[in-house]
Amino acid sequence: MTRILATADSEFRIALRNRWVAIALVLMAVFSLVLSLAGSAPSGGLGADRLSVTVASLTSLAVYLVPLLALLMSFDAVAGEVERGTLPLLLTYPVSRAEVLLGKCLAHVAILALAVAAGYGLAAAVTFAFDDRSVAGLPALWRLGWSSVALGATFLGAGYAVSALARRPSGAAGMAVGLWLGLVVLYDLALLAAVVADNGGWFTTEAFPVALLVNPADAFRLFNLAASGASGVSAGVGGAASVIPVWQSVLPVLLWPVAAMSLAVLAFRRVSP
Amino acid sequence: MTSTLTISGLTKRFEGVAALTGVSFSVAAGERVALLGHNGAGKSTMMKIILGLIPASDGRVEVCGAAPGSAEARRRVAYLPENAAFHPALTGEEQLRLYLRLRGEDPRGALALLERVGLHAAAKRRIGTYSKGMRQRVGLAQALIGRPRLLVLDEPTSGLDPVSRRDFYALLDALAADGASILLSSHALTEVEARTDRILILSEGRMVAEGSLTELRRSADLPVALNVTPRNGYASEIAANLPGAIEAGGLLHLTCSQSDKLAVFGRIAGLGTKVADLEVLPPSLEDIYSHFSGRHGQ
Repeated sequence: MTRILATADSEFRIALRNRWVAIALVLMAVFSLVLSLAGSAPSGGLGADRLSVTVASLTSLAVYLVPLLALLMSFDAVAGEVERGTLPLLLTYPVSRAEVLLGKCLAHVAILALAVAAGYGLAAAVTFAFDDRSVAGLPALWRLGWSSVALGATFLGAGYAVSALARRPSGAAGMAVGLWLGLVVLYDLALLAAVVADNGGWFTTEAFPVALLVNPADAFRLFNLAASGASGVSAGVGGAASVIPVWQSVLPVLLWPVAAMSLAVLAFRRVSP
Repeated sequence: MTSTLTISGLTKRFEGVAALTGVSFSVAAGERVALLGHNGAGKSTMMKIILGLIPASDGRVEVCGAAPGSAEARRRVAYLPENAAFHPALTGEEQLRLYLRLRGEDPRGALALLERVGLHAAAKRRIGTYSKGMRQRVGLAQALIGRPRLLVLDEPTSGLDPVSRRDFYALLDALAADGASILLSSHALTEVEARTDRILILSEGRMVAEGSLTELRRSADLPVALNVTPRNGYASEIAANLPGAIEAGGLLHLTCSQSDKLAVFGRIAGLGTKVADLEVLPPSLEDIYSHFSGRHGQ
């Protein structure tokens, strides 16, 4: 545990010096603030409190931004050590490869948690200023907060795995961008196309919900929309959210971080210094 | 004395190409051993196997009674890579604090370690601003953590100036006196400055020589060069007395084998006052090294 904490402490300092902490905080804060201000206009007619509506908007933001931040922080983790030539020395220390990755992950998760807390906190503060009924939306905000960190942890693990597989920072960066595009953007487009083509057949009723749960980004979106009951204000995935029970969508949100980190450790073990 | 490192029949092949073939040796506690060989001779490969970074293809390696790379071995072995590199965003002190904590030591010892290698003044500066020699010192400082029983140092003196090199060997002497074994590599015999107890020479993955510098000098049996300065007018007479001598620039050059050396000296002494001066040039460290490493004329 000391070794994990020592690594985490060191990684946090590096992220602070490399401005990653500042970048993550500012990005999350600015986007959340803009959404909470812009998104508060149409809420009146829907009957929901403003915070619940803001949470629905923040969910759509987080599903793009959190994975991106996580991948940006993690793609260099192993490949960077290989390129700098610091890996052989590190591996002669009495520390396991899993401990090294967990230490890095702890630091990066802490940074994401700070950024998420700052962003959502600001958004909540703005919403409360406009509407006192917003208390009703607090559970949804809390749920969005921890599940955002879990989503980040999943993509951190994926980033470490990519970093270990690529072994060069440039290659790892390319693979990370590809992963983000694939899982966050193209996956949904492909599903949408399939649903349209299928026109209400077997794919739409049977395969589509499973396909959504398998992707960590979609599972995150489903979980937050289904749990908040705000699906009425969100189109698209919101329809599926009303079909899939919450316990089914919370499972991938919780299991993916563990699976991604395990994959990362396996990939890191294959790196020969 | 018990040996800290025992290697027997070590062989390493990379995709069929042999990097090391049947290497055997051991290093006793408190012994300083230099591993010599030109680039690609297999020095770094051997060190990586000893450290457990890569597996051996064949043979047996035992480090402090444990398998290389095992938790037990890693606790007792310190390593200084060739071109020691660290994260440029961390300061020297922060980097050492991390290494201390990874070895389960008190991180407050970082400054004392930096002081031992003469980096105290730069402790709060980022490693990104350090020179190559300074990074090498950080590398050395981290190798001193936790009283290691075996230090594996890959070309430790390559970035150091002559004064720092001397300080470095003084540090090694203190460690060896404390019972630590030291295995250091270099590509030149002159670099180890004869400050080691034993020298191993690797060539194309095979051990071609092993022994102290005196032993190597004897077994190499390289010719001794002599320069004889004759008094005016006696050059041709002396040349007639010394078969094989070549006259050039008023000097007579000749070479003889180690066993003939004393006989030749006697003959020169017999010439009495006809000889103004005699200079004896024993084979240099470089000559001995290239004799064993099989790279004559390079």
